[in-house]
Amino acid sequence: MLRILHQIFRTGIVTEPLDTEAEARVTIVGRELEKEVLERFRRSLTIRFVDSGSCNGCELELVAVNNPLYDCERFGIHFTASPRFADMLLVTGPVSRNMEIALKRTYDAMPHPKMVVALGDCAFDGGIFGESYASLGSVGNVVPVDAYIHGCPPSPEEILKGILKAVSGC
Amino acid sequence: MNEKMESVLKAISARGPLEADTSVKGASAYRVQTELFGHAARVMKDQGLRLVAEWAADETLFGRGFAVFAAYAIDGSYLVIKAELPVDDPTFQSLTRHYGAAFRFERQIESLMGLTPAGHPDPRPWIKHEDWPRDAWPLRKSFDAAKPMERVSGEYQWVRAEGEGVFEVPVGPVHAGIIEPGHFRFQAVGENIINLETRFGYVHKGIEKRFEALSWPQAVRLAGRVSGDSTVAHATAFCMALEEASGCVIPERASYIRAIMMERERIANHLGDIGAICNDTALAFLHYQFSILREKVLRTNKAVFGHRLMMDSVCPGGVLKDIQVASIDLMLEEARSVSEEFERLIRIYENNPSMEDRLYNTGVLSPEIAKAIGAVGFVARSSGQALDVRKDTGYAPYAKHCPKVPLLSSGDVHARAWVRVEEVRESYRLMKEFIGSLPSGPIAAEWGPPQPGASGFSAVEGWRGEVVYWVSCGPDGNINRCMVRDASSVNWLAIEQAIHGNIVPDFPLCNKSFNQSYSGHDL
Repeated sequence: MLRILHQIFRTGIVTEPLDTEAEARVTIVGRELEKEVLERFRRSLTIRFVDSGSCNGCELELVAVNNPLYDCERFGIHFTASPRFADMLLVTGPVSRNMEIALKRTYDAMPHPKMVVALGDCAFDGGIFGESYASLGSVGNVVPVDAYIHGCPPSPEEILKGILKAVSGC
Repeated sequence: MNEKMESVLKAISARGPLEADTSVKGASAYRVQTELFGHAARVMKDQGLRLVAEWAADETLFGRGFAVFAAYAIDGSYLVIKAELPVDDPTFQSLTRHYGAAFRFERQIESLMGLTPAGHPDPRPWIKHEDWPRDAWPLRKSFDAAKPMERVSGEYQWVRAEGEGVFEVPVGPVHAGIIEPGHFRFQAVGENIINLETRFGYVHKGIEKRFEALSWPQAVRLAGRVSGDSTVAHATAFCMALEEASGCVIPERASYIRAIMMERERIANHLGDIGAICNDTALAFLHYQFSILREKVLRTNKAVFGHRLMMDSVCPGGVLKDIQVASIDLMLEEARSVSEEFERLIRIYENNPSMEDRLYNTGVLSPEIAKAIGAVGFVARSSGQALDVRKDTGYAPYAKHCPKVPLLSSGDVHARAWVRVEEVRESYRLMKEFIGSLPSGPIAAEWGPPQPGASGFSAVEGWRGEVVYWVSCGPDGNINRCMVRDASSVNWLAIEQAIHGNIVPDFPLCNKSFNQSYSGHDL
């Protein structure tokens, strides 16, 4: 126990301010975000995450968003295990044919108002996997997407900035 | 070729002709008559060879029918046995009775290529979900991969357990945390698991078929995205198969840089996973501490190779990014500071009774079962199987810098975690050794596509274990077939075995200790 306490004090607070120079590449599409959505989500954002066919690169960086250096919870962002509590559906990967139904069901299980953010180049246009018998390509082909965050994979900084940008609607 | 191989070949040829196939580079390859495919497997089994992979290819573009391949290994030598099948009767003898690993390979061959493994105990499709049209065999040349598939009705037949108090817990494909999709179905009584059945294929993106539509350089990008956490291992294995097939020899410096990246990939993933195992025992403190170390490694990757996961750094003939003098200092400084913190954390890990309580004797994969299912990588090394491609084949530069391979036999969560603790230490030692003896010279050699009909076989030790590629060149000079076998393709069989006798709440911990790739398996 002493060792644990010692290590905690040695480490101190490592969380960093978001780099002001790093620019997230985000494409805002689809419907105009309702004012109500923006007001509701600004301070606390609960995210349901779905991997709809990713190579798991995006997941690694999404896990990193939760580490002490990026600490997404300081912005009120937190990941939930149930779609019923979620404000935002965050989707990675091209949508595989075998995940299409599960993704739609997750979307349908979320309460209104809800928004969808597609993460990574594959989620934008299918990436290197393209569209085929097994891949439906862009997440936008399956559920209505509000914003795309680009990158392969986007860095944790880009993910955080992208999410914040998507929520602020600009 | 070693003595064992010679006696194996002699035993097979006693029953029928065995013809050397010189079009396959990177492994010894032989053609047998279809009737002898199963016999060959029995001989291999008797002689103690491991089944590495089994796959099929459509060779109609060459004016032939189908072909089924089985790759075996012993003492660092790989042996590929091929049997040709006619288009009108594509049936071959199942190897599952000899090798447990063949169980899913063959279900996959039947599902995606439409060849029948005669005598296979389980006719259910694999990867091919029940709503695919029955006659959709995407790996056949006659299949139009660009066309979307219709959905048909059908139901997957689950293994059932019945009796008083038995209930089912279905989990997935969408999971609670930030992980990949797969379905796990438990039959349990109270908290005790009677049976676990896994079902995958959710992230099947048609990767193997996609390879056939891409140019060679684009294909390297795709290989780097088979499993994002093993991007360097997959890109390297693909390039090595291509280099074998086309006779390209890479510069020494390139092999060192590839190895440095591979060891860094191993370190980063092990750090993340050791932390995640701690998280699943509710010791969040260590999880966060290890994630800080992982982040340090990724940031150095970004500074040295321009990408946090080192994607797209390997190219046919060598590597794309050279290591500058300043980068060497960065990596050495990271090795010093991360190792120092790492040892401090490991002392806490070792001396924590609640960790001990959760990790020891949980999720035991016995050495016998590990051997029977053909497990590889750290999963195998935690269950007494001394397998490590770096040491076994000594591919460059590992022949000159032999890794120390940790070996435990308890096969529990602790063993799988501890083998990785040792591997982090060893990988840093190797990385420093590589940096210390980094040869000068070019970082890439000229390369060209292989001759039509030629194929290349390769195996590397990714952080999860052996990654195997076999790529063949079609009549037009493009890829005719690319077989990918991630460590996960065999290691996923282990979780169903290791979970027996455990309780449902320990499943996440067991699963995390294996941490196999869904994407690398589903392809």
